[in-house]
Amino acid sequence: MISAPDVVAFTREEELEDDLYREPPLPEEYSVPLFPFAGQGANPWAKVAGSKFTRDFILISEFSEQVGPQPLLTIPDDARVSGTFDLNYFSLRIMSVDYQASFVGHPPGSAYPKLNFVEDSKVVLGDSKEGAFAYVHHLTLYDLEARGFVRPFCMAYISADEHKIMQQFQELSTEFSKASECLKTGNRKAFANELEKKLKDLDYTRTVLHNETEQQKKANDKGYYTTQAIEKANELASVEKSIIEHQDLLRQIRSYPYRKLKDSEFHPYEPECALDRADVGRDQDLTASDPAEPCETHLYTHVPSYTPKLIKAKSAKCFDKKLKTLEELCDVYFFTQTLDQLHHIERTFRGDVCYLLTEQISRALLKQQSVTNFLFEDVSFLDEKPPEKQYRGCQGPGQDAIDEKCSEESLAPKVVISLGSYKSSVECVPIKMEQEMEDSEEPKMSESVMSEHQENLDYLDADIKGSISSGESIEVLGTEKSGSGLTKSESQASLPVMPSPQAGRSKVGSRRTVSEDSIEVLSTCPSESLIPEDFKASYPSAINEEPYVDDDEGGLRFAPRVNPGVDEGQDDVSKQESLVQVDAACCIGKESPNFLEPLPELGQKPCEEDGVVRIPPQPYRPAEQGLRGGFPSHEGPSGGLLPYELDSRYLTGSREVSKSSLDECSDSTSYISSAASTCSDRTPSPAHLACAAGERHRKRAGQNALRFIRQYPFAHPAIYSLLSGRTLVVLGEDEAMVKKLVTALSIFVPNCGMYAKPVKHWVTSALHLVDFQKWKLIGLQRAVSPAGVNVLHALSRYSRYLSILDADSKTLRCPLYKGTVVARLADHRTQIKRGSTYYMHVQSILTQLCSKAFLFTFCHHLHLPISEREPEESVVNRRMNFLKLQLGLANEDIKIVQYLAELLKLHYIQEPGRGGNPLLRFDYVPSFLYKI
Amino acid sequence: KSSVQTIGEEQIQNPYTELLVLKGHQDIVRFLVQIDDCRFASAGDDGIIILWNAQTGEKLHELHGHTHKITAIASFSSSDVTEEKTDLIITASADRTVIVWDCTSGRQVQKVSCFHSTVKCLTVLQRLNVWLSGGSDLCVWNRKLDLLCKTSHLTDAGISALVELPKNCVAAAVGKELIIFRLSASNNGSEGWNILEVKRLVDHQDNISSLVSVNDLTFVTGSHIGELIVWDALDCTKQASECNFWDSSVHPDVQPEIKLSQSPHETSVQHLTSDEECVFAAVGKGIYVYNLQMKRVIACQRTAHDSSVLHIEKLPNRQLISCSEDGSVRIWELREKQQLPAEPVPTGFFNMWGFGRANKQVNQAAKKMQENTPVYFLELVGDLIGHSSAVQMFLYFGELGLATCSADHLIILWKDGERESSLRSLTLFKKLAQSGDLQLKL
Repeated sequence: MISAPDVVAFTREEELEDDLYREPPLPEEYSVPLFPFAGQGANPWAKVAGSKFTRDFILISEFSEQVGPQPLLTIPDDARVSGTFDLNYFSLRIMSVDYQASFVGHPPGSAYPKLNFVEDSKVVLGDSKEGAFAYVHHLTLYDLEARGFVRPFCMAYISADEHKIMQQFQELSTEFSKASECLKTGNRKAFANELEKKLKDLDYTRTVLHNETEQQKKANDKGYYTTQAIEKANELASVEKSIIEHQDLLRQIRSYPYRKLKDSEFHPYEPECALDRADVGRDQDLTASDPAEPCETHLYTHVPSYTPKLIKAKSAKCFDKKLKTLEELCDVYFFTQTLDQLHHIERTFRGDVCYLLTEQISRALLKQQSVTNFLFEDVSFLDEKPPEKQYRGCQGPGQDAIDEKCSEESLAPKVVISLGSYKSSVECVPIKMEQEMEDSEEPKMSESVMSEHQENLDYLDADIKGSISSGESIEVLGTEKSGSGLTKSESQASLPVMPSPQAGRSKVGSRRTVSEDSIEVLSTCPSESLIPEDFKASYPSAINEEPYVDDDEGGLRFAPRVNPGVDEGQDDVSKQESLVQVDAACCIGKESPNFLEPLPELGQKPCEEDGVVRIPPQPYRPAEQGLRGGFPSHEGPSGGLLPYELDSRYLTGSREVSKSSLDECSDSTSYISSAASTCSDRTPSPAHLACAAGERHRKRAGQNALRFIRQYPFAHPAIYSLLSGRTLVVLGEDEAMVKKLVTALSIFVPNCGMYAKPVKHWVTSALHLVDFQKWKLIGLQRAVSPAGVNVLHALSRYSRYLSILDADSKTLRCPLYKGTVVARLADHRTQIKRGSTYYMHVQSILTQLCSKAFLFTFCHHLHLPISEREPEESVVNRRMNFLKLQLGLANEDIKIVQYLAELLKLHYIQEPGRGGNPLLRFDYVPSFLYKI
Repeated sequence: KSSVQTIGEEQIQNPYTELLVLKGHQDIVRFLVQIDDCRFASAGDDGIIILWNAQTGEKLHELHGHTHKITAIASFSSSDVTEEKTDLIITASADRTVIVWDCTSGRQVQKVSCFHSTVKCLTVLQRLNVWLSGGSDLCVWNRKLDLLCKTSHLTDAGISALVELPKNCVAAAVGKELIIFRLSASNNGSEGWNILEVKRLVDHQDNISSLVSVNDLTFVTGSHIGELIVWDALDCTKQASECNFWDSSVHPDVQPEIKLSQSPHETSVQHLTSDEECVFAAVGKGIYVYNLQMKRVIACQRTAHDSSVLHIEKLPNRQLISCSEDGSVRIWELREKQQLPAEPVPTGFFNMWGFGRANKQVNQAAKKMQENTPVYFLELVGDLIGHSSAVQMFLYFGELGLATCSADHLIILWKDGERESSLRSLTLFKKLAQSGDLQLKL
């Protein structure tokens, strides 16, 4: 009993303590929900459960007129990748939201069939049931045997990560457009060939028929025609008509490049491998004003000799004949080129989206460091075509004045210059509109409509916009289809007043629930058209669906197929386009309720000058929309460095962000648009292949470097040698080992210019002074032969220019290093495990060094006297003080920065034409021998 | 065992911390000649003459015209002529031609091919606006390449060296003899010149290998067996002579074994240079400083290089540069040693000065120098290692740097890194100002 109170007290105390230390429960809103799939392996980065494929892949599908939508091939061509994912089912879905108006054939009132040069459309689809999200790129190819001469295809980038698709939309679109352009170029060529053959056939047939008719005429002189003769004559007539038709088609297909060229955005696909062809093009470039013409016409001239055959009057039934394969449709060469491009896309977008984004951001930032980036960055990346070439001079926010102009020009939308493209954009809208409207009006109703459509599934062809193919409800989360040709005033004029946003929001909720197993059209951006930001700005609450109710019938009559008789004229078009714009705004609003709060300034944004600054559709991110709403002013022209700002800029590409004052507005506009252009150009194609290789190299180099700094206690002086421009020779008998060391150390070698890194992996002959000028890191063979003696002799002779790392005896002979930078760069106790991580660590420290070198190089007063009378010594003092005190450099670190500065100077003052003599700079400093 | 003095990797006084390798020649580069403040020409066994910019290392012109190796080169600047300034260079080749080139345009001005033998030396007499070519005979030419006069055939061996003397005289080294010629305007014509042999000096025991004029009053010759004779330039009499000055008996601090290892080659006077006070002689592997006033060798470095010293030059700042067959260039400084008789000097101190290996000898030397005359010595200040073969010649460009040419076909421009760096900064800011990048980019 004695002990009992103690015990009680003790426990109580414990309880008390417990209470003290127990934290109050987090309010619900702050608690982070558990990772929903925690059960299935705790790695949150593991593939989102529900997706049936292991990684992203590309799917090409066709809407076959015989069997309906069918998958053709996947990239990578590996069954494991798509896994249990139902490609057929998914093909059906993605093809069913086909945009194509693709009206081809005999238009009413036209005597001949007309080819329609349809724009590709780009749609983002989601299938939450399958856990698949896709960027879908629809295109049509011409096929003489196909119905209406067109075969609809689509290429889809399928990923389990919705954000990835949305955030990389612009990049995906650019890359897929290239692939599509390649396919279509090949297809036009093949189609023209096919037409020519057909024409020859027809010609031959006509001759034969003609002869037969003549014979018959001669044979019967009764004065009246036999039915046989009449038949023949009819046949002849139809053949002749067919000839004219085909000739017309041929003319149309050949005129394609001419027509397209008016379009500023049109980049004819030029095969890179076929140099001769390109040369032809270039040569004629000088004479002809139109660059694509020679190319394309040239393509068509290679028609092999062909023996015509007789054509029967009646062709085989549609279902009997075998349709051409994709490869046949587009010419083998172009087909393989396309596949290459697609493989390249697959490689480029592999991996987690955060990784891709980081990569893109760092690339964009590096681009801006135009003065220093050559020092340590990948040569491949720097070798990229300068953005001016590809994107007409939109380099970055640095050059506001120029950029504003350029971006306006370059972003000039694909405005409806050719009727074809205009039509297509018109035609593709209404169905979506219908869809949208029905959908938004009342889910139930839409469902009924859809089931109705379901019955019609079999009838689906390219003409019917089959967004309604599935039995489940389809949710169009967003369409961004801008009638970019419109002037803003028109669109505003036609817009009805917006009611309160409340309704829209509530609907969002309700719709979300339905989306359980549905295809969601997250966003469609047919063509590189633009979000009409102005419009959005003027009608911030355009998210409401009500206007559609008013416009319901309007929406219906836009579909030319449904109501072909209607001749509304320009007004309607504009109206309908404005609706689309509402639509676009709407979809954004749905995603982020925050955005619904109308920003007061935005509405008053007056129409600016006539020139509408056009901004391409940007992938938007729901999460950050809200963020942006919260900090509307963070987009100052100066704040271009935080990735997050960069992101928010390019995700919106919007102008409404900071429009408090006109100055700021114009400033930010240009900034934004230029930023937009940088983000569109940050993944240009030529770099990517090299990038993938560089990636692997980096990883390996990082790994080796990590091993090096752990193994060799004298890593620091070795790295110092490299950073200060003293050539490091890695001497050893074993080539593999030497090369490995060289690879490891190569990441520390500053570039001397825009050329390859000054690294030589393996040399067997004696070194000469010239080699030290050229190479800063050399792998050298140690041989026992007389030649080997020479090699060693040369090393000892030139030892003052060299640091020598003996890989065999594990010694290093080089100057002393007592600085601090390298210690941070290469800490042998580092916790970094992975090569690529270490590589990044190295890059970040090297970038710091670069910035110091930049400051040092470009500070005027550090190198030149402030006043005329100032003695040289005081300048030198100032320089040293700056290095020591301002830059915080100690001892040998100064040498590093000085060397980098010297490289910067040389690089900057170098005449562009001349390579310039390579310098060898050195110091007379004693070397020491380091041993393990 | 090498007795060559070495300097460590730490060379504080060596200003050359940057180098440019100039490639262009296909064979040994033997000659460098300065054209003006920032240009020089190089020539060698490949018969090509290349003009270079000494600042940037840029190749200005490549002159082709000779089919054999170049044997002599001289630059002929006509700054005294009131017309436009033209810089010419004259080259003689083993193909028995002499070509005059225009340095600005890089074109051949004229070519003379009437020689019976190879021209081995060329001298320009700026004062008279003529130039001389020495082969088996001596010819006098004017700027337009008119032959003004010539001597009779002198010797098959030919003239090996020419030097201008006062009173329109020239001294020509022909074998062991030294012949003095006098140029005089002929009586009958204004353009005519006569050349007369004035004197023949036969004091040398062996072939004269080098000939240099010190000032208006003296000139010096050196021979293959190491004789050094100082002549009075006016009356051509022997003022002083120093033979056997490699002999240890002359110099108390010489190690005895050097005497044993002498061979004619090692004692040949390869090159002579001078300032007002001293004559500097490259003798074998060593460098000797002969004071004209004191008429004795005041300092020497017996084994300055690993092999023969080929060229030597005195810089204005008491420094001396030598280059050698061993492929190195060394910078020396002539220093006056303070007399510190009372203090015993620590070994390290002297070693650092590089005076001798053993401290005993130094002490002995110090003891022997009891007189008040200052003691001089040559201190190695720095060495330039870059060529992989014999350095034939070099050209000192003041602050622009130093150009060296070598048997490895290369020319190296050695520069002061600090100076170059600040020059680059200057260029950088100029360029920034020009392109207006200062405002935009920074």
